[in-house]
Amino acid sequence: MDRIPILRMGNFLLVTIQVDLYDRLALTLEADLVQMVKKTNAKGVLIDISAVSIVDSFMGRIIGNIASMSKILDSETVVVGMQPAVAITLIELGLPLKGVHTALDVEKGMLLLKSMIDENVDDADLDEQDDAFAE
Amino acid sequence: MLSLSKETIKVLKEQDVVLLRNRVKEVAVKIKMGLVNQTRLITAASELLRNMLRYANGGNCIVEIVSSGRNNGVRLTFIDKGPGIPDIALAMKDGYSTGKSLGLGLPGTKRLVNEFDIKSKVGEGTTVTIIKWANG
Repeated sequence: MDRIPILRMGNFLLVTIQVDLYDRLALTLEADLVQMVKKTNAKGVLIDISAVSIVDSFMGRIIGNIASMSKILDSETVVVGMQPAVAITLIELGLPLKGVHTALDVEKGMLLLKSMIDENVDDADLDEQDDAFAE
Repeated sequence: MLSLSKETIKVLKEQDVVLLRNRVKEVAVKIKMGLVNQTRLITAASELLRNMLRYANGGNCIVEIVSSGRNNGVRLTFIDKGPGIPDIALAMKDGYSTGKSLGLGLPGTKRLVNEFDIKSKVGEGTTVTIIKWANG
């Protein structure tokens, strides 16, 4: 079965969707991604949809789901690279993707993730991060 | 309204959706439809295909290039032999769904296209026709 690769980059997970999604592929991605968040202790998920030309209500819902699921696993999600035509279509369709953070490109998305995670860091997490840097 | 080309595509499984989306895209590019309208049309098609697969186990889609006056457009007709929709007015309401979806499919689709027509008979099936004009 087809699968969308999930890359690990430090504290973050990186997903670049390069193919046209059909329902099962999107559902598999959702399940894989949530598993990976737990397994890798990821603090952030970055989803690049710059190559996706169509986001319909189902796909939109999956993106929203991934963001909410990651959130309750203590991880932030940022969707980057949405094409303008996709944004127009999503709003007209009635799917404003509330609760999903977005950025224009991968670079800005990474900065946003970093800033969100810095805000969330409390003392306990600081120790952990120091350890991570020492490695 | 003149029909300039016509083909029928069977949709029976999820992967057929990708195939049909590509075909619709080709047709839309052929009549020089702008990118935003293409995206609207393909998204609308995607919504209706999903309905057809979920509620009626698939059906047929007729892809046509139509012409009316100086306007060219793409007409898509989705025909299934599913259970039918008992109350179309209710199905067209935002946020209503008998399944587990968001209930955006039909009303959302209507907002994305220029012309939208739905006919349904309980026990016989549903036919949805949409038209998107190249510059509409």
